[in-house]
Amino acid sequence: MTVDAVLAVTSTGEAITFWILGPLSVIAAVMMVLSRNAVHAALFLAAVMLSLAGLYAAQGAPFLAAVQVIVYTGAILMLFLFVLMLVGVDSSDSLVETLRGQRAAAFVVGLGFAALLMGTIAGAVVQDDGSVRAVGLERANDEGNVVGIARLLFTDYLFAFELTSALLITAALGAMVLAHKERTEPKLTQRELARRRFAGDSPIALPGPGVFAGTNSTATRALLADGTEAEDSVSPLLDPVSGERAEGPGSPGTQSVERSS
Amino acid sequence: MNESYYLLLSALLFTIGALGVLLRRNAILVFMSVELMLNSVNLTLVTFSRTNGTLDGQVMAFFVMVVAAAEVVVGLAIIMSIFRSRRSASVDDANLLRF
Repeated sequence: MTVDAVLAVTSTGEAITFWILGPLSVIAAVMMVLSRNAVHAALFLAAVMLSLAGLYAAQGAPFLAAVQVIVYTGAILMLFLFVLMLVGVDSSDSLVETLRGQRAAAFVVGLGFAALLMGTIAGAVVQDDGSVRAVGLERANDEGNVVGIARLLFTDYLFAFELTSALLITAALGAMVLAHKERTEPKLTQRELARRRFAGDSPIALPGPGVFAGTNSTATRALLADGTEAEDSVSPLLDPVSGERAEGPGSPGTQSVERSS
Repeated sequence: MNESYYLLLSALLFTIGALGVLLRRNAILVFMSVELMLNSVNLTLVTFSRTNGTLDGQVMAFFVMVVAAAEVVVGLAIIMSIFRSRRSASVDDANLLRF
């Protein structure tokens, strides 16, 4: 491709946008695949989607950029996070390989796939003698991107567009049917709940988390009368967090322990 | 720089997504990797839309987003119901249909 053709299609600002958002999205995607915690993975996926929205906007697709932010980052990822909260944040991955050598094989296949895909594209770019030029969206977008897309959606793609309404209502109905829980056993009465509590470990209510001058976080353990921390004052879901914090030098938990002792 | 860099970026993201599907065990993380692959294909569609100078590619990416939204809703509902009955979101535990 000649220099003139390139300059006609991509500007310097777009190149800067690309070289910031492109590496950012790749790093976030790798971190998403590698992160232990599922919530971290969801947030990294949000970073990928937001940078892709920026790339859409740079390529003359402002409508898709907005839809990407609203639908993908706003709706789909929040749905992911909701389901993560329902399933349990601590449901981490098992490290056991069910199929022997699957991880190594997956890496080899992935590398081969990347080499094949990117090699083909790069080869096509290198052999490009400038005869094929990107047209650019200046003419298609001259009425505005939204008007152009609407014109196409309600003429050429009208039938597909109407079908998506059927698809969406089917999906909503299917999700309701699949997520609906039928009560198989009768609801526990107050008498049964009280009986179960007295038969268990602790008949009294569990202690609340600690409230100190330095922190009022629910992840801070309450202090007992002798200065030790009450183990059951923090939800087991939050416990790893408070364990990490308590080891830090300047954390409020340890300070209050030192003060009281 | 020309717009083929976008194609390379999307190929890279697609490969990372495919690796995520192969490597992760948690069903929700597998699902997120599928979303990453769908997103990278959308980037390809937008790039080709610009190369060809028509908006058809963008309309196609729009439809991909709609279908992905419907797919996520149903898929997450399936994961939820499997989790309810088996108390696990791991893809290895759901092997009742084997053999």
